[in-house]
Amino acid sequence: MNPSFVLPYTAVLSARFRMLLQYRAAALAGFVTQIGWGAIRIMAMEAFYRSTTAPQPMNLEEVVTYVWLGQALLGLLPWNPDTEIRNMVRSGTVAYELVRPVNLYTYWFSRSLAFRIAPTLMRSIPLAMLALLFFGMQPPASPESLLVWLAATAGAVLLTTALTVILSITLMWTISGEGVAFLAAPIIYLLAGMVIPLPLFPEWAQFILEMLPFRGLCDAPFRLYMGHISVAEAWAVLLHQWIWIFILVGLGAWMLSRAKRRLVVQGG
Amino acid sequence: MSHIRLENIVKTFRIARRRPGLWGAFHGVLRREYRTIKALDRVSFELERGELVGYIGPNGAGKSTTVKVLSGILVPDSGRCEIDGRVPWRDRIANAANIGVVFGQRTQLWWDLPVIESFDLLRDIYRVGSGDYARARDELAALMDLEPLYDVPVRQLSLGQRMRCDLAAALLHAPSVLFLDEPTIGLDAVSKLAVRGFIKRLNRERGVTVVLTTHDMDDIEALCDRVMVIGHGRILSDSTLDDLRARVTRERRLIIDLLDEDQTIADPDVSFVSRSGNRIHLQFDPDRVQTAALISRITAKYAIKDLFVENPPIEEIISRLYDEHELR
Repeated sequence: MNPSFVLPYTAVLSARFRMLLQYRAAALAGFVTQIGWGAIRIMAMEAFYRSTTAPQPMNLEEVVTYVWLGQALLGLLPWNPDTEIRNMVRSGTVAYELVRPVNLYTYWFSRSLAFRIAPTLMRSIPLAMLALLFFGMQPPASPESLLVWLAATAGAVLLTTALTVILSITLMWTISGEGVAFLAAPIIYLLAGMVIPLPLFPEWAQFILEMLPFRGLCDAPFRLYMGHISVAEAWAVLLHQWIWIFILVGLGAWMLSRAKRRLVVQGG
Repeated sequence: MSHIRLENIVKTFRIARRRPGLWGAFHGVLRREYRTIKALDRVSFELERGELVGYIGPNGAGKSTTVKVLSGILVPDSGRCEIDGRVPWRDRIANAANIGVVFGQRTQLWWDLPVIESFDLLRDIYRVGSGDYARARDELAALMDLEPLYDVPVRQLSLGQRMRCDLAAALLHAPSVLFLDEPTIGLDAVSKLAVRGFIKRLNRERGVTVVLTTHDMDDIEALCDRVMVIGHGRILSDSTLDDLRARVTRERRLIIDLLDEDQTIADPDVSFVSRSGNRIHLQFDPDRVQTAALISRITAKYAIKDLFVENPPIEEIISRLYDEHELR
């Protein structure tokens, strides 16, 4: 690809990234909260495992690793629209977005990519270190597991970004964005495996959970990491992710072209 | 060929009507009523390359909507529009690379970044070569004294500083057209003069076509040879400022500072407008009485400290034009 073609997008990505890295206090607060929540979730899971005699699809040690991975990568979940785009839609500054000689979808995707990665990166590495050393999180099952987990995490990043852009585009209709975040967050948390690991869901729910895109955000990559899904089966996880990435990018681009046509810029 | 051409542009907005009160809000959930607002009603005009035109009208008249159609942000319901032969909304990206836009009430700079980083980012977004960029940036910086502001985060700039930076930001990619939507809004007198001076030079020296919307009539007087007035989505007047003035009123103002505060002036050819302390504003029609004759008559009769003749303020001209078209 012509380097000047991608320049606007990489430029806005790296600028946003640098801006987000300034929020160190927020990162620290998130870090502390997520350790607390992780501990609570693990206590609940321990209580559950102690009171059951039936064999479970995951042992407690695996669940602990699953929970800590989830806590470390919490910020990656598409639980809210891009705050920068929300502010622009509210203030009407979004008009400037449309006078840039760029493809608006790609431009917003680049912004949201930074918005998802930067805060997560700041929190996840120290949190994972701590959990590995002190809180019973296990290292990857094998070097191969580590590799397929990395590949699936890359897929999860694109998936979450595609979903975040869709959430951001809904702002063009709803303006505030709070309602959307309110609806989206609990549903996505549940269906991604952030509340209860997906393998612990009842049998009848498994098919639905397998089909939906959300398992590609947390559940599937986590299970690749711990070898709960074998390296040989990794291709199915990646294929599932990439099919959904294509669908959601297509959907987002279509929504944005519709939104542009009905756009009423606030004020002025 | 004209640089910008609009022909019968129509743009309507559908706005949800809300009834007042709690019951109204509830009703709105069940059944929405919409009312249609014609923001632009067959707007047509042409601009030649290098023109500097003032575009004025009351709030909600359609000024900003016109600018948004021209910049490809809004798609009109019907009508034709071309800039350099491109249809803005169909060829949005190519058009965007060719125009600069400043919405005075909003900044296009990154709030948390130092000014220079916003500029660098715009260089990349507009894909400006580094040589062209450095030249454009340095020129703009010299014209508006921006260099001391380079390292300041945008949120710490005063409004006047911010506007200078915003103007520069809109021009880094050397556009051939500049749309300025209220660029002097909220600025202090010194900043206004700086902004005006810059716009004038840009237009004279570089031949950039400028469309300036404003409520500040001093902007118009200082900058624009041609003025378009819009109201209710229609172009009401499109002429030079002098023609507009002549068409609306021939009157002149005679302002007199009296020596004695209790005095009044009576003359068959003048009518009284207002008075504050010993300053009296009168008006007369120069077709009915010669200005020189009138002045000598009055100075002979009354004890006068100072006296001068003015055109009625442009605000009044515009306000009369609005009245004619029932815009209030």
